[in-house]
Amino acid sequence: MAQARKRRLRLSAIIGTVPMMIVAIGVYVIGIAFTVFWSFTDSKLFPNSTLVGFKQYHRLWQDDRWLVAVQNIWIFGILLMVFALAFGFLLAVFMDQEIRQEDLLRSIYLYPFAMSLIVTGLVWQWMLDPNFGIEHTVRSLGWANFQFSPLVDPNTAIYGLVVAGIWQGSGVTMAILLAGLRGIDAEIWKAARIDGIPIWRVYIFIVIPMMRGSIGTAFVLIAVGVVRVYDLVVAMTGGGPGISTNMPAVYVIDMITKSYNVGQGMAAATIMLLPVIAVIALIGLGRIVSTRRKNAAILRAEATA
Amino acid sequence: MTNHSVSVKDLTLNFGAVKVLKNLTLDISEGEFIVLLGSSGCGKSTLLNCIAGLLDISDGEIWIKGKNVTWAEPADRGIGMVFQSYALYPQMSVRGNLSFGLKTAGVPRAEIEKRVARASEVLQIEPLLDRKPSALSGGQRQRVAIGRALVRDVDVFLFDEPLSNLDAKLRADLRVEIKRLHQQLNNTMIYVTHDQVEAMTLADRIAIMKGGHIMQLGTPDEIYSRPQNRYVADFIGSPSMNFIDGQLQDGVFARGDLTIPMAGYNYASPQPPGGPATIGIRPEHVVTGELVGNAPVQLDVTVDIVEPMGSDTLVWTEVAGERFRVRMDGHAQVRHGEPLRIGIVPARASLFDAKSELRL
Ligand SMILES: Nc1ncnc2c1ncn2[C@@H]1O[C@H](COP(=O)(O)OP(=O)(O)OP(=O)(O)O)[C@@H](O)[C@H]1O
Ligand SMILES: [Mg+2]
Repeated sequence: MAQARKRRLRLSAIIGTVPMMIVAIGVYVIGIAFTVFWSFTDSKLFPNSTLVGFKQYHRLWQDDRWLVAVQNIWIFGILLMVFALAFGFLLAVFMDQEIRQEDLLRSIYLYPFAMSLIVTGLVWQWMLDPNFGIEHTVRSLGWANFQFSPLVDPNTAIYGLVVAGIWQGSGVTMAILLAGLRGIDAEIWKAARIDGIPIWRVYIFIVIPMMRGSIGTAFVLIAVGVVRVYDLVVAMTGGGPGISTNMPAVYVIDMITKSYNVGQGMAAATIMLLPVIAVIALIGLGRIVSTRRKNAAILRAEATA
Repeated sequence: MTNHSVSVKDLTLNFGAVKVLKNLTLDISEGEFIVLLGSSGCGKSTLLNCIAGLLDISDGEIWIKGKNVTWAEPADRGIGMVFQSYALYPQMSVRGNLSFGLKTAGVPRAEIEKRVARASEVLQIEPLLDRKPSALSGGQRQRVAIGRALVRDVDVFLFDEPLSNLDAKLRADLRVEIKRLHQQLNNTMIYVTHDQVEAMTLADRIAIMKGGHIMQLGTPDEIYSRPQNRYVADFIGSPSMNFIDGQLQDGVFARGDLTIPMAGYNYASPQPPGGPATIGIRPEHVVTGELVGNAPVQLDVTVDIVEPMGSDTLVWTEVAGERFRVRMDGHAQVRHGEPLRIGIVPARASLFDAKSELRL
């Protein structure tokens, strides 16, 4: 019975999603296939089909700009992940305290996410500009030696991007994690209070483990944002000073539109695809493992009940 | 004072402008099993949460074991609590659930192990210790939740509808087990439910609540046999009591042609009062069959509706123009429209003042 119902459900689901699947196969998969294919050609201004093997990849990994871009995305990605999740979580905990004005605050925190990254980038570029941003303001208040202008120094410019990224990403993370927090039964909190467990321990040992789903969602959202970060860089630094804030996506676009080297751009794009595939594979694997475990647990419970 | 395990004095609790509990007083003796019973929204859980310290009270005092704990943290009150939703920590094993609070409190490891072993033996959950709650059935989960209260080694147990999420059979099983647990441990238990059967079977004393007040506090027998007011009389018993409004004059209840001399009735006040009154008669106290002859008052009625329920049969009739339910033996052969002779025993009936609705 249950089996049959499941199958029928799945069939109708498939019928419903067929148009979407055609689009997905037609556009995404074919697009990806061409990207990969061209990465093995010596395409210059226009794509061609002269195969050259791994030559483009070889050259790619000898290009300083690409190496800087890869290093940057690690710095940017890890810092953003840690801080956006941390800030988002703290904001969510704060919002969960039955504070007044919750709706207003939530809108304020979500506002950055609603804005285009170009706008975010420009706003932060101004704020971090030594001539009229934070540094200027603090100096005009009397601290003449105050320095905060990360974007002009090649060594720190990437951290300027990180700050803007965190500002932009914390709000959504907060919204997702807040939904997760609200989903936790009030009686769990009561039980923990009766057990005399300090609040921070309840969060760490009970609540956060229960929020794995929403934390995972936030994680994936941030990760995807990191891999394709482009507009923020273009708006804030244009990849500079020098090549110091290059990112893979910026590199790909520049290769195609400025260096007229489609082959190498496609090689870079193909490399970018790998971490995305890895993340998706990991999530899929995690799902399979957890459903297996849950099914086994239910079976065991039924056997003993 | 000293022999009271839990004392609630003049407790008032407001949620904003809403008064949920009003000057409520309740003294519970050492080792007593108290059931808070009432319809939904009457403030049972609220009272329990106040005793537990999960809600800050607006006025009054709460004493546990001779100590004023009104402003003490829940963990410092010497209580354990079991919830309707079990409220187990889902990512921890059963053992983790039982020991987490003790670990946090810095109880030595050997002591923790001893207590977990004892609790799991009492509740027969030893084979489940290494499982996650998601791998347990509802009954097993609630056992673990009781175990979590047990390992705290406290004198007072609070239960908030612990069996409501279980199916009927499991509920009956676990009910007996809770009773056994109480006999074994002999500690004070305060138990919230809206199930009459649970209340009657478990309680030493039942507190019937309505709108934030305790309507009556008494043993199950007192509550059942001598309800203090019409609300309690109506609330307890299933099928519920028959009520007939009339006049009480010189020890005789009358309504039109119907007269019931209240000989043998145990009045609440020494002076038998007079005036508008309501008589309440439980369907199961109406005498039928061969025994009718022995009943002091006998009436002839007509059968309207018959509801066979297996072990017994509920017969609907009419007395003095009011619907009147009679509980008969399951084998009783009665049919719609047939005449029926019933007997009433005034000593087992209840009389209420028509206005104050208090027992006369
Ligand atoms: N947090 C709250 N804020 C405002 N009112 C509340 C709150 N919690 C409960 N109430 C109100 O207090 C009253 C008593 O609630 P309580 O939960 O104690 O009822 P209960 O007797 O336990 O009912 P049930 O049998 O449905 O559990 C209800 O009218 C409810 O609406
Ligand atoms: Mg309740």
